[in-house]
Amino acid sequence: MDQSQIEFRNVSFRYQEDMPWVLRNVSFTIGADEWVAIIGHNGSGKSTIAKLMNGLLFPQEGKILVDGEEVTQDTLWEIRKRVGMVFQNPDNQFVGTTVRDDVAFGMENHGMPREVMIKRIKESLNAVGMTEFERHEPHRLSGGQKQRVAIASVLAVSPRYIILDEATAMLDPKGRKEILKTIRTVQEERELSLITITHDLQEVTQAERVIVMNGGEVWMESTPRDIFSKKDSLIEIGLDTPFVSKLADHMKDAGLELSREPLNHQELLEELWTSRSIK
Amino acid sequence: MSSSLIIGQYVPGNSVIHRIDPRSKIAIIFFYVVIVFFANSVMSYGVLALFAIGASLISKVPFPYLMKGLKPVWFLVLFTFILHLIVTKQGDVLISILGWEIYREGVVQGAAISLRFFLLILVTSLLTLTTTPIEITDAIEELLGPLKKVRFPVHELALMMSISLRFIPTLMQETEKISKAQASRGVDFRTGAFKDRVRAVIPLLVPLFVSAFKRAEDLAMAMEARGYQGGEGRTKLRELTISRRDIAAYIVFAGIVTALFLTRS
Ligand SMILES: Nc1ncnc2c1ncn2[C@@H]1O[C@H](COP(=O)(O)OP(=O)(O)OP(=O)(O)O)[C@@H](O)[C@H]1O
Ligand SMILES: [Mg+2]
Repeated sequence: MDQSQIEFRNVSFRYQEDMPWVLRNVSFTIGADEWVAIIGHNGSGKSTIAKLMNGLLFPQEGKILVDGEEVTQDTLWEIRKRVGMVFQNPDNQFVGTTVRDDVAFGMENHGMPREVMIKRIKESLNAVGMTEFERHEPHRLSGGQKQRVAIASVLAVSPRYIILDEATAMLDPKGRKEILKTIRTVQEERELSLITITHDLQEVTQAERVIVMNGGEVWMESTPRDIFSKKDSLIEIGLDTPFVSKLADHMKDAGLELSREPLNHQELLEELWTSRSIK
Repeated sequence: MSSSLIIGQYVPGNSVIHRIDPRSKIAIIFFYVVIVFFANSVMSYGVLALFAIGASLISKVPFPYLMKGLKPVWFLVLFTFILHLIVTKQGDVLISILGWEIYREGVVQGAAISLRFFLLILVTSLLTLTTTPIEITDAIEELLGPLKKVRFPVHELALMMSISLRFIPTLMQETEKISKAQASRGVDFRTGAFKDRVRAVIPLLVPLFVSAFKRAEDLAMAMEARGYQGGEGRTKLRELTISRRDIAAYIVFAGIVTALFLTRS
């Protein structure tokens, strides 16, 4: 039973009997230490997937397995220890009256001893660069700082999977970059899978794998590079492609030959000077 | 803006009074409130006043803050004093003003009642001035602990209080934001007939309530996602500990109680 992965097996879900299906026959697997991005138009079912992963919702059909164990009412509490989740609005997930109380909240729920909590509060605040704010109340923090606290709170419980449901949407580009870097570092240090749900294309390009949702179904599952090379179909299902990717397209139209789909400026630059050099 | 957002009246400090366990503070104040009604001589009132004023001095809370607590009840104190002057008709007549005779007992009783009020308010404000709201919440949770046996939702009550404490500043910030937004559209909250002002507040309250409910829903979801499942099996980060300070406070208070009963007439 030592399979660290989250598996969706033919999952279908609707919020109510008389409502249309929100997810239809969704299957995918997220492995250990993987970074998977889930993208899709508004209402395509991304947040619903996230809520199914840690038992905030249960599917009507199909199964969800976390580390080989089905998510049910009985396994719920155990699974929530392993699957952490950060939501979009940083204000509405801040439970404690101060930063340290909020970071402790999850650990208190899981009945951890006080000494462990104190140690982990220090560690996780340090990981997100919020150590000096330990005693601050939430109303003295910016949105980005609150979001860091939310991430620290999840890290403190030390889950195996972290779901970020548009957790960086409220941040400015700089804050977003910093948070992603933070998460990256943490992921490298610990055994951790990341599931990021996002509309931010820069974030998507950093993932190892992308699941594209469309109208409640998995539309495609592939690497970012592969996905962004299918621009026309992406636009058809209401998604955009990164700037670099668009630029590369225009260059191709203008007669430049590129050997692969560039994901960032660096890669484009490399493509350009190697394609122009005489071999 | 941020200064007006501090809830309660807590004045940060590091005095002995600040550091006494909030449970001890609440317990001592509770008994103080009871024994105040046993005082019946000048000396016994003196003993009680000594305790209240002494504690205030030790707390190093600036005088104006202490007086602030008295502000809303000033009128009540004055009113009861005057009422006693008018109604009580015992003892010698001290003076008579415009046909109204003021009796000795009236003055004495009026003064005694006013002093009681004053002491009670001073001591209870001292509690809120030297204890953070969250400490008070923790203390209440602990003190009401035994009621869990009769299924009284102690943990839930404390959680409710602490979430309110957490969200009051947020909602206040939001109110300010909404009222500015409405004011920029020409809504006037400050002038006009009362009826008009009430009407102007409605566009403020509706969005505030809508957002509060949305917040509540989100928060409940976030709490559940973080493994909250009620008070059962939960550990706590914030810990209350009875120290030597508390023992000392109890001993001092016991001394006051003894002195009070010795000086009663
Ligand atoms: N609590 C709910 N009750 C009923 N229907 C809901 C509820 N939450 C979401 N839905 C519906 O389910 C569908 C999928 O919603 P979901 O929140 O999963 O989308 P999403 O992909 O996360 O969208 P977005 O990009 O806007 O966050 C939508 O059509 C939405 O209207
Ligand atoms: Mg969503």
